[in-house]
Amino acid sequence: MTCLPASTEKKLGLVIDLDTCVGCQACVTSCKEWNTGGHMAPLTDIDPYGGQVDGVWFNRVHAYEHTTEAGGRTVHFPRSCLHCETPACVTVCPTGASYKRTSDGIVLVDEDKCIGCKLCSWACPYGAREFDTDVGVMKKCTLCVDRIYNDNIAPEDRVPACVAACPTSARHFGDLGDPDSAISQLVAERGGVDLMPELGYRPTNKYLPPRARTERAATVPAPALEAVKVEGGFLGWVDRMLSA
Amino acid sequence: MHPAYSVIFFTTATGAGYGLLAFLGVAGGFGLIEGGFWFRLVSLGLALALISAGLLSSTAHLGRPERAWRAFSQWRSSWLSREGVASVATFVPAGLFGIGWVLLGKQGGWVAATGLLSAIAAAVTVCTTAMIYASLKPIAQWSSKFTLPGYLIFAAMTGSVLFNALLALLDEPRTPAMLFAIVSGMVGWGWKSATWQHNDSLVATTTLNSATGLAGGTVRSIEWPHTEENYLLKEMGFAVARKHAMKLRVIAQALAFAAPLFMLATAFSFSDIGGLAVVLSVAAALSQLAGMLVERWLFFAEAKHTVTLYYGR
Ligand code: SF4
Ligand code: SF4
Repeated sequence: MTCLPASTEKKLGLVIDLDTCVGCQACVTSCKEWNTGGHMAPLTDIDPYGGQVDGVWFNRVHAYEHTTEAGGRTVHFPRSCLHCETPACVTVCPTGASYKRTSDGIVLVDEDKCIGCKLCSWACPYGAREFDTDVGVMKKCTLCVDRIYNDNIAPEDRVPACVAACPTSARHFGDLGDPDSAISQLVAERGGVDLMPELGYRPTNKYLPPRARTERAATVPAPALEAVKVEGGFLGWVDRMLSA
Repeated sequence: MHPAYSVIFFTTATGAGYGLLAFLGVAGGFGLIEGGFWFRLVSLGLALALISAGLLSSTAHLGRPERAWRAFSQWRSSWLSREGVASVATFVPAGLFGIGWVLLGKQGGWVAATGLLSAIAAAVTVCTTAMIYASLKPIAQWSSKFTLPGYLIFAAMTGSVLFNALLALLDEPRTPAMLFAIVSGMVGWGWKSATWQHNDSLVATTTLNSATGLAGGTVRSIEWPHTEENYLLKEMGFAVARKHAMKLRVIAQALAFAAPLFMLATAFSFSDIGGLAVVLSVAAALSQLAGMLVERWLFFAEAKHTVTLYYGR
């Protein structure tokens, strides 16, 4: 059914901290590794070693330069499905392949029903859906449904692969429908924002804007390094004479 | 947006087909035109052939065409599904109308009723097609108030110019049909110009700032997540160079509006030119259909999807 549920029991989603993301792409490769064997498998690669590399990825990390009056900064920006509350990607689907789960709000594609009309990818403003030209169906982030409820892996691993992989803890996972959850608290504390709120998709995932700049780095320069080893020869002699 | 040829052909062919069907249903069903057997057979056959060919070509761009039947199921929420249902449903009154009007050579009574129903179903189907595009918020050029009337106007315009050509060719040139083709051509030209003007002055409400949540100042893409073009860029990142777009707009206007209007006006003004009126009517229809293919190509090529913002395009 492509009609949207009036409400969902949980609103599982991600919170991404743009202050700490260093753009290392660990979440990207970890996502690909898990999901090419997961619920939406395979994440086909076309011509992977050739000049026209193409393929399906659920998570893409961009880099931007944000320039304000306070100065410029580089912001690494991971982009994936936001598991929106009112996503047109679901309602436009003619086959019922796209759906939003009532239990946890995750947006999924049933690959056995998808006819590959691509309309859902047109309806997603965020570019979260990628078409698999090899299989002929649409693919997208599953929020790792096959990890987060998986009794066969250790409880601490029952988070999306991207969250588990992030070395700077820039990615957080939890129930954004529960105002008391750690992740909701984080959003409240850091002033998390919706992407393209003007389009009315009401994304579940939130982004934490970079913290305000501090001038610490510029005002506390590290002392210049001294050579550890005493140099020999002519340069050593000059050094000794001048240091004396 | 990437202009897929199957979709360009589909929207142009079905638009003309449904337009023609509507004119035949009303004018034929109610006996406003007589028309012999051959006129009836060829014109209704052409309308249904254009519709069928368009619908078939639209399945050509599917990843899994063998599952196309599933697309009839989600009419509660999806305009694409509604289009599927409406397009197939239209064949029912159109088929009955064909039996009555063409095979039995009747008009009025139940033939008029099925003709009218065919015209209504055709209009509804064109509306559902338009709404597929008009409801896509990420594409500002499509989700505008110009899209739905545009599809209806162009269906009426191409339908009437075909109707006029078929009458001239297989029956005899008729002033009301010619007049209608001229008026709808002028309306179409005006609507398209207004649409282009509106699109050119669009102020983007969605910016890279709102797309990344980075408030204030400027945001500039300095690195893509990948080196080669991916699905998003191939499908949604298509950009036609502005100078080409301007040239193509001129070509589209010349073929779809200026030339047909000139030819039809000539045929209309000189009623005693005999065979020349037939030639002009047919040429007007061919020119307009070619022009509409260019117009539809631009409809896609000039549409900008919000995902392109992420790539700094
Ligand atoms: S981010 Fe895109 S694909 Fe994901 S739920 Fe929202 S609209 Fe749908
Ligand atoms: S591509 Fe598949 S999932 Fe997307 S709208 Fe079409 S049928 Fe639905």
